[in-house]
Amino acid sequence: MRRVSVQVEALDVAAEMHAHDAGGHGASAAFVGRVRGDDGLTELFLEHHPTITAAGVERLAEEATARWNIDALTMIHRVGALTPGEVIVLVLVSTRHRANALAACEYLIDRLKTDVMLWKRERFADGRAAWVEPRVGDAERTARWA
Amino acid sequence: MAVRISYFSWVRERMGRSDEVLELPGEVRSVAGLIDWLAQRDAAGRAAFADPIRIRAALDGAMVGSAATITGAKEIALFPPVTGG
Repeated sequence: MRRVSVQVEALDVAAEMHAHDAGGHGASAAFVGRVRGDDGLTELFLEHHPTITAAGVERLAEEATARWNIDALTMIHRVGALTPGEVIVLVLVSTRHRANALAACEYLIDRLKTDVMLWKRERFADGRAAWVEPRVGDAERTARWA
Repeated sequence: MAVRISYFSWVRERMGRSDEVLELPGEVRSVAGLIDWLAQRDAAGRAAFADPIRIRAALDGAMVGSAATITGAKEIALFPPVTGG
């Protein structure tokens, strides 16, 4: 199965895992990213491009499927306004053996951070709002997969 | 030929719009040339594109470098480095 989505709707991790696992795959790896409430953060807003963002996630799914021999893939990224504790991104990867599942999961989350049109804006309790700057480490992590 | 230019994140905020359709002068042929042209057009452009090294671009959905030729593109997106995940 392949489920790839860029969505405003909340993400039900248990339901997504249940649907993903229905294939009874040999090895599954998961990454669940949540909004951290650091420094009094009250809202994390994810801006996206109405067509290119979804196409970018789809292309990433295709590249990963070919590279890591993926049997099943669930990759969902939230957009819009999120609050601390909410799930912002979910990656579930199943392959025949564990090595590819673990590597593909790491590959996908690294590339989601550097290669897909998404921008985070943080809003804090004191009214401040600021666009998040990319971390140097993120580009370095993605470069490892080249 | 008319081309849609779309802006995102703080580039959108500084431009004061999310997109516009423009007839570009013939001498504007590359992403870098477009950024330079927008920076010189008005105050919003100067604010958004004062530091071209911080700007990324996509032509019809494909990420490209600043030297890329824009001739024939239908949509050119200009934005800061992405921060998803």
